[in-house]
Amino acid sequence: MAAIPDADKGFGMTQLALVIDLNVCVGCHACVTSCKQWNHSGEAGPLSDANPYGAEPSGTFFNRVQTYEVGEFPKTETVHFPKSCLHCEEPPCVPVCPTGASYKRAEDGIVLVDYDKCIGCKYCSWACPYGARELDEQQKVMKKCTLCVDRIYDGKLPEAERKPACVLACPTSARIFGDIHDPDSQAARAIREQGGYALMPEWGTQPANHYLPRRKTSIKLHPDELQREDNPLKVDGKLPRPAAGEPALDDVTSW
Amino acid sequence: MRPAWSVILLTTLIGAGQGLYLALAAADAFGEAPARFFVAGAAVSLVLLAGGLVASFFHLGHPERAWRSAAMWRTSWLSREVIVLPLFMAAVFAWAVAHWLQMKTLWFNVVAVMLAIALFVCTGMIYACLKFLQEWHTPLTPLNYTLLGCASGLTAAAAMAAWLHPPLAPAYAAAALAAGALAYLARLAALARNARLRPKSTPATAIGVKHPRIAQIAQGAMGGSFNTREFFHGRPREVVRAARWAFLALVFPLPALFLVSGFPIPAFLLQFAGLLAERWYFFAEARHPQNLYYQAIA
Amino acid sequence: MTEIKTTTCYMCACRCGIRVHVDEKDGRAVVRYIEGNPEHPLNKGVICAKGASGLMKQLSPARLTRPLLRKPGSERGAGEFQPISWEQAFSILENRLKAIRSNDPKKFALFTGRDQMQALTGLFARQFGTPNYAAHGGFCSVNMAAGMIYTIGGSFWEFGGPDLERAKLFVMLGTAEDHHSNPLKIAISRFKRAGGRFVSVNPVRTGYSAIADEWVPIRPGTDGALLLALVHELIAQGLYDREFVARYTNGGHLVIADPHSPSHGLLATDEEDAEPENPAQPQNKLWWDRHSGRPVLSHTPQADPSLFGDFRLADGTRVQPAFQLLAERVRDLTPEWAEPITGIPAATIRRLAHEMGVTARDEKIELPIAWTDCWGNEHQTVTGNPVAFHAMRGLAAHSNGFHTVRTLAILMSLLGTIDRPGGFRHKAPFPRAIPPSAKTPTGPEGVQPNTPLGGLALGWPGSPEDLFVDAQGEPVRVDKGFSWEYPLSVHGLMHTVITNAWRGDPYPIDTLMIFMANMAWNSTMNTVEVRRMLNDRGADGEYKIPFVAVCDAFQSEMTAFADLVLPDTTYLERHDVMSLLDRPISEFDGPMDSVRVPVVPPLGECKPFQEVLIELGGRLQLPAFTNKDGSRKYRDYPDFIVRHETEPGSGIGFLAGWRGTDGKKALRGEPNPEQWARYAENNCVFKHELPPSYRYMRNWNRGYMEWAQRVRLRRWGEPILVHLYSEVLQRFRLAAQGKWPGRRPPERLAKRIETYFDPLPFYFSPLEHQLTDLERYPLTAITQRPMAMYHSWDSQNAWLRQIHTHNYLFINPRTARASGIEDGAWLWVESPWGRVRCMGRHSEAVEPGTVWTWNAIGKQPGAWALAPDANEARKGFLLNHLITDELPGRISNSDPVTGQAGWYDVRVRIYAAEEAGAWPQFRTLTKVSA
Ligand SMILES: Nc1nc2c(c(=O)[nH]1)N[C@H]1C(S)=C(S)[C@@H](COP(=O)(O)OP(=O)(O)OC[C@H]3O[C@@H](n4cnc5c(=O)[nH]c(N)nc54)[C@H](O)[C@@H]3O)O[C@H]1N2
Ligand SMILES: Nc1nc2c(c(=O)[nH]1)N[C@H]1C(S)=C(S)[C@@H](COP(=O)(O)OP(=O)(O)OC[C@H]3O[C@@H](n4cnc5c(=O)[nH]c(N)nc54)[C@H](O)[C@@H]3O)O[C@H]1N2
Ligand code: SF4
Ligand code: SF4
Ligand code: SF4
Ligand code: SF4
Ligand code: SF4
Ligand SMILES: [Mo]
Repeated sequence: MAAIPDADKGFGMTQLALVIDLNVCVGCHACVTSCKQWNHSGEAGPLSDANPYGAEPSGTFFNRVQTYEVGEFPKTETVHFPKSCLHCEEPPCVPVCPTGASYKRAEDGIVLVDYDKCIGCKYCSWACPYGARELDEQQKVMKKCTLCVDRIYDGKLPEAERKPACVLACPTSARIFGDIHDPDSQAARAIREQGGYALMPEWGTQPANHYLPRRKTSIKLHPDELQREDNPLKVDGKLPRPAAGEPALDDVTSW
Repeated sequence: MRPAWSVILLTTLIGAGQGLYLALAAADAFGEAPARFFVAGAAVSLVLLAGGLVASFFHLGHPERAWRSAAMWRTSWLSREVIVLPLFMAAVFAWAVAHWLQMKTLWFNVVAVMLAIALFVCTGMIYACLKFLQEWHTPLTPLNYTLLGCASGLTAAAAMAAWLHPPLAPAYAAAALAAGALAYLARLAALARNARLRPKSTPATAIGVKHPRIAQIAQGAMGGSFNTREFFHGRPREVVRAARWAFLALVFPLPALFLVSGFPIPAFLLQFAGLLAERWYFFAEARHPQNLYYQAIA
Repeated sequence: MTEIKTTTCYMCACRCGIRVHVDEKDGRAVVRYIEGNPEHPLNKGVICAKGASGLMKQLSPARLTRPLLRKPGSERGAGEFQPISWEQAFSILENRLKAIRSNDPKKFALFTGRDQMQALTGLFARQFGTPNYAAHGGFCSVNMAAGMIYTIGGSFWEFGGPDLERAKLFVMLGTAEDHHSNPLKIAISRFKRAGGRFVSVNPVRTGYSAIADEWVPIRPGTDGALLLALVHELIAQGLYDREFVARYTNGGHLVIADPHSPSHGLLATDEEDAEPENPAQPQNKLWWDRHSGRPVLSHTPQADPSLFGDFRLADGTRVQPAFQLLAERVRDLTPEWAEPITGIPAATIRRLAHEMGVTARDEKIELPIAWTDCWGNEHQTVTGNPVAFHAMRGLAAHSNGFHTVRTLAILMSLLGTIDRPGGFRHKAPFPRAIPPSAKTPTGPEGVQPNTPLGGLALGWPGSPEDLFVDAQGEPVRVDKGFSWEYPLSVHGLMHTVITNAWRGDPYPIDTLMIFMANMAWNSTMNTVEVRRMLNDRGADGEYKIPFVAVCDAFQSEMTAFADLVLPDTTYLERHDVMSLLDRPISEFDGPMDSVRVPVVPPLGECKPFQEVLIELGGRLQLPAFTNKDGSRKYRDYPDFIVRHETEPGSGIGFLAGWRGTDGKKALRGEPNPEQWARYAENNCVFKHELPPSYRYMRNWNRGYMEWAQRVRLRRWGEPILVHLYSEVLQRFRLAAQGKWPGRRPPERLAKRIETYFDPLPFYFSPLEHQLTDLERYPLTAITQRPMAMYHSWDSQNAWLRQIHTHNYLFINPRTARASGIEDGAWLWVESPWGRVRCMGRHSEAVEPGTVWTWNAIGKQPGAWALAPDANEARKGFLLNHLITDELPGRISNSDPVTGQAGWYDVRVRIYAAEEAGAWPQFRTLTKVSA
């Protein structure tokens, strides 16, 4: 549920974000097109497409899922990697914007672009190390993930649905939405307990979005688990039994 | 990065305009020249500056809103540039008018010179302040913008003097040679620095998986996206190398030859062409960390 | 004003619930937003990439909007049409079909692709009287259906699935996406988060396999060997669930072991079950009771069967428990044997077997649910062994897939995981008898003019007597289904229809009607030739296939070959039912069905195919669609759905919910015209939850069986023992050996039947591998489904095609470098049947002997209203051009048991290409103007 800023906690305390669990993301792109759909159909849409039915079709998306391969065969890991604006706590894209169109909201930490102010100079996109911003080629303004501000505060929606479109769409619930400054939120807990990490920490941008790493479950078997009393082969007389004539302690000791 | 002609023209044209003005200002302060020469020089400088300004509009998605870009001068070097550039143009204009009206120009000159230097700093800092664009994030960036601007401005001044006021020509030529040499050295220093740069971001930090072998297989958009267009020059390595050789020859050695042989006009034209190549290379050379996310189409 | 309507998605076959936001714009309803319906039991609010792009399907420029007739003088495939009225279209069809029906109904063939209305299309075909009806199952995954249903009485996908809520170990084989798309994703994620261990066996690591704890790369087509080695190890180590095997499988049944007897290999019986509950499934098999050392009737109280041994019955007949035969079969099929076949280290196979066996044994689940088995034993608890499996076309789409899948079902049974918590669970209407009782006619006399077919067009043969062949043993169906060539082709063989009809073998047909299938492109093998056949004329100048009618919603490669194009609606514009008579959306805990209701009006003159069938049914006066007085019975499809009963008064109809005059009956009850309204009020779903005691062990659960009989899910209530040993297969083998008292196969097929109808699972390398020079063609080429693209449906979707706008061949870098192929370079892939030029991509996530690409991305230029230079046509490619439909000797490239198309058997070599650009290229289609 959307953490509507709590006045008591004071502004600046809330930082809404997505926590993306790479342990379960299967790379299905549901978050990609549901995001496109929501933001295309909403107030701020459309998100334009160039050559939609021609060569090299290309359009504006706020969220993309990429794929990486780690390691070499047969020890290869395939990593599906969704990426949208990370709503950095120190967003380098904001101070560089000459018009103030890019801003970070004090009340919930969402980084937004005011399309009416944006002059389309692209400078903010240069200032984002993550490639999270895309210039809409038709509207000529800079766009990016809004964390679905137009959903998460929409009082007309049932509370359970006051979440970003991509979060509701994700079939593996790999996208956790919440206030990462609220230690009790599911998002903060996931970061804390599952080793949530930030992308490119080297630049001090302090992305609010975090990623949860892959975890491996293995089964440790002890050899004696294969040799048990209840082995069904016994019932059918199939467990090899030593022949009566084979040496035994009886042969050497009388007690 | 993809070099945008609008930005290349903006930075080279205004750099030359600023340099030219500084050359005129020096003559105004320390030398002699007829007002006619100063006014004509200021006019050329303003034309260069205005040319840059016009070019910059082509970079904008919404040029009609350009006025908004002055808003964030507290934080944005771009905003500052947007403020300083017209102020500087106004100062040059005022300075020229003062000459025209035979007024005392000292204070006009002081203000305009300070604005010229400020503009160099702003322009350079627009690039230098982006810390993860490691090729740009160095004091050499504003220094180069300043020195290359001065060099091209002085060459332009030498050319103008040869035409309108020959007595100043040798001094300008000498100054142009000196500035050119300095700029060249500083630019070589930047090249040398950048050649040794190790990108701080790697595929491992980009996706947060620690492994030496990480290969991107898909970027989620096969027809390309803003990110594949804006941040890649898309040219083969040979073109980039050719651009470097071109500017290394054109920015200083060749113009110097022409200057020494007394042909300042071709010297200026060659040098300006060299600056265009230099600026193209400046962008092409910069490896944006976002590119780590856009390595492969599949 | 935005209105929100609920309906069911059909951007794929998964059938998630959606909420569609519809706006009024200029007096027209337009779709504005589509989201998952949180109240829908299947997807619980989530949606997938395709579902969330449904908006763009509505806006596709490729939509057909009017009936079209091929332009006189233009050739098939040119795609030149003139619009006609529906009345003209109907009268063309009516005249043609009337003539066929009154003459020889089998000259009309109706085949359907990825549809969800086989109950209606099947009814129509049957009423028409043609045997030549099937859906796409034969080229899709019939091996998965048949291999499992002939073994455990149920299967994966719509029929059943892994219980990941309770499983601890989950092994997934050969699955990229599957029909249960969103629910599977939801379940896998929960399973992983709950700490379950997930192993994926697949030559490729993408999608689901990406998040597996262990990836086991395997050589394509060799899973049978892996599974047999696992069975070997489980038996050798005693890691099977003996109690389960003894009581719930036929492992204890005694098999007659007398090579000279005509009953050799059949199960020994006692005459005691003189009046069997189900005459087809007498419960008269024998156990060798290990306590008394005597043969007893199976499931005699207090008795316990010997699973091993060699015994003689009183009359001297030598018998052995089926389990003994299974154990003998796998005795030498060790992990070491499987290693060189599969490429998986023996130690890995052994470890996997131990993980499965120990987890099943030591992590037992016990639920406090009392139930009674079919033999009257009361159980205080339901127990389960938490090892779950899932598999799909990676096993099915090979010509050895039937036995592979059967081996998997046997492995699951040995672990004691059938319809138990944490293992495999059925979905209603499964489990069914082995085999299910539906049958086709058994000879040509089943096909008569102006008469409905004398049986179902598709059925489940239990013995040679059930085959649909003539006196010479030759096929009656044009696809040769249910003939000696593919006796258990329970889903038909859609992939043979065009070739057979073109060749006139077994006979020519007159009219081929294709619904929702792209048989001229991605769902056909031997594409280039099939396209030629569709346009081929005989010596008389007439088309070899005289008339082709295609119903589609979009301009596909197939519609270009039609004589008559019927423009269908999209899923947001029509009524649809996902019926228990077909493949419902049931979940483990009870039957469910669902519907679609239109949320926007049809575009242009589009008409649902359902309406076309109802209209034709009336015009042709097919009995089920006609009143006694000869007048048309149903106003339209919605009317048909609520009023039709399988038989007058049966109380069984297409929809199971809100039946009865008061709408209070479920599954069975009088027709209720209010059904549509009730569904619409209930998220378009009807869900019937079984009481807990009926939810498990359903093959042998008396309470469940009685309930299933009451609601007529089943006719009989006999228990369904797992067929570790398949007596059905043995009957066919006996026939091939000349020992069966009834029908015998034609001489030319006897050897084939004898080989492949082995009652025990065995491994053979895929037929195509056996016939290919493996040194010349060292690689196997396979396809995978991309999660964000549904077959050929979505390249006209502006959003989805940005994600997959062309495709590459993925190659292990070692393999690529050995052939001098750089990452991203153009290369040739060549099979014995043709070659294709495409781009290659190095990938460490593919086994070095395999190359793969995404399925159905490549397109014919101009098809789907894409620009002629669209990536799909110029950079993308179709692997199908390399796949053959027939192997040397004119045998179909199909599983010899089921006729399943062997898509993933093709062998290829790769080499660098000098030129760029996808090849082959086909003529550029022009957009049909609306
Ligand atoms: N998004 C999406 N979903 C779909 C569809 C779609 O087109 N798009 N199509 C639907 C249809 S019609 C169907 S039939 C289902 C099919 O669902 P799947 O069977 O999951 O689909 P395939 O892509 O055929 O997957 C086959 C998998 O088996 C692997 N494989 C191939 N050969 C072998 C082998 O010999 N052994 C093993 N172990 N693995 C092997 C492949 O690498 C691949 O991962 O999906 C349905 N769902
Ligand atoms: N190489 C290779 N080939 C394969 C496979 C593979 O794995 N590899 N998989 C095979 C399998 S399992 C399958 S199931 C087949 C699928 O193959 P097909 O059943 O042929 O499926 P599609 O080609 O996607 O779709 C057929 C047509 O349905 C149309 N359609 C979409 N929506 C509607 C609608 O609402 N109404 C109507 N009337 N038409 C509609 C589309 O426009 C398209 O022309 O492909 C098979 N082909
Ligand atoms: S929707 Fe979820 S599982 Fe699918 S790609 Fe996005 S984050 Fe991954
Ligand atoms: S991810 Fe990029 S666009 Fe988003 S806040 Fe950080 S720097 Fe800005
Ligand atoms: S593109 Fe728009 S948001 Fe970005 S820096 Fe320029 S004005 Fe600001
Ligand atoms: S939060 Fe909203 S805008 Fe951001 S990626 Fe998700 S759906 Fe798109
Ligand atoms: S899986 Fe996706 S496309 Fe298929 S029915 Fe569900 S939402 Fe629709
Ligand atoms: Mo399929």
